Amino acid sequence: MYTQALDAPGAGLPPTQDEGELERHFQARVDAERKIEAKDWMPARYRATLIRQIAQHAHSEIVGMLPEGNWITRAPTLLRKCILIAKVQDEGGHGAYLYSAAETLGVSRAEMIDQLLAGKAKYSSIFNYPTPTWADVGAIGWLVDGAAIMNQIPLCRCSYGPYARAMVRICREESFHQRQGFEIMLRLAQGTAAQKRMAQDALDRWWWPALMMFGPPDAQSTHSGESQRWKIKRFSNDELRQKFVDFTVPQAQFLGLAVPDPALKWNEAQSRFEFGGIDWNEFEQVLRGNGPCNAERLAARREAHAQGAWVRAAASAYAEKQRVRAASRAA
Amino acid sequence: MDAEQADWPLFEVFVRARAGLDHKHVGSLHASDARMALDHARDLYTRREEGVSIWVVRSSEITASDPSEADAFFEPARDKVYRHPTFYDIPPEVKTL
Repeated sequence: MYTQALDAPGAGLPPTQDEGELERHFQARVDAERKIEAKDWMPARYRATLIRQIAQHAHSEIVGMLPEGNWITRAPTLLRKCILIAKVQDEGGHGAYLYSAAETLGVSRAEMIDQLLAGKAKYSSIFNYPTPTWADVGAIGWLVDGAAIMNQIPLCRCSYGPYARAMVRICREESFHQRQGFEIMLRLAQGTAAQKRMAQDALDRWWWPALMMFGPPDAQSTHSGESQRWKIKRFSNDELRQKFVDFTVPQAQFLGLAVPDPALKWNEAQSRFEFGGIDWNEFEQVLRGNGPCNAERLAARREAHAQGAWVRAAASAYAEKQRVRAASRAA
Repeated sequence: MDAEQADWPLFEVFVRARAGLDHKHVGSLHASDARMALDHARDLYTRREEGVSIWVVRSSEITASDPSEADAFFEPARDKVYRHPTFYDIPPEVKTL
């Protein structure tokens, strides 16, 4: 269940077992592909790793509403506006599923939101890039959601049950996001010369940041070994990045758009695309808060949170009044 | 930032996908009261017509069995194979049994 508030009778650990024994038992269970659930014993580092990862994932969904939310009032048709609202609403829903999954590990929703608003929590670097044109909405759906799906499908088999179940729900919905984005790109690519230029410009700006979404190269990835042993992570950053390139380049070719990488070429022997080096300095800068829109994104979240304060207070006051009335009727 | 305002209570959400099926646990959410929990559950878990009926219940009202004692708790059923129809050898010529 998605809860840390379950009233489970009985104390957790039998006092005779030592930590090492518990950890061996835990690892055997993970190795046997049996899911770990909220109330099961788990190593403290497994818990901490999951809280960090799931909370960052949830924050990414919430902040991810902003770049596209920019375009809701300016979508070119009523249908596109409806689709975009539905997509942004899905992202909010994904954030809610993920916060629930993180809460099962003993962190509160309020704590996570406070960390995000205080600028102490990380979220995906990709959402700190601007969306100046309508083609950006297409490029986000196609590339950003495409990269997210590549990352997220293996997470449906994550050893932690509540996270895995949230991911199943999310992946089911992401496919719509990617397809609607590709369709926007397709319409633009088949449109006027100016529309096609707009699509190419968006691809030029989103290609490299999308590749960075898979995280640092394997050689520098700090958490990978342990996460793979615990079956939180099933594939390495570089493996997933390669798969994304191999899937996406033919799609760009179909659109008649050029991938902005002069080093890109098909390697027949290895049956994969070779691609150029990624600017990891840019990635580091964006993660550290120095990307083009970091400050703007956080300011927008803080403003929305502050403006909703009176609604939350009113709902709490109403619930309390109803509770008191019901109690006095019962008395 | 909202230090004065703790989280709203947690509710578990159960959805009946179609008439004739059981309600199934789908997840949880925070709400100020049960009515808001129902509205949020509709928006969060049935955006694509996944349900025809929703139950919400406060998570704190649920009493759960303890996973660390699952072996002992469920042990009584383990040696009672005679509860299953396949335990009984019936000659093949006997029909409709």
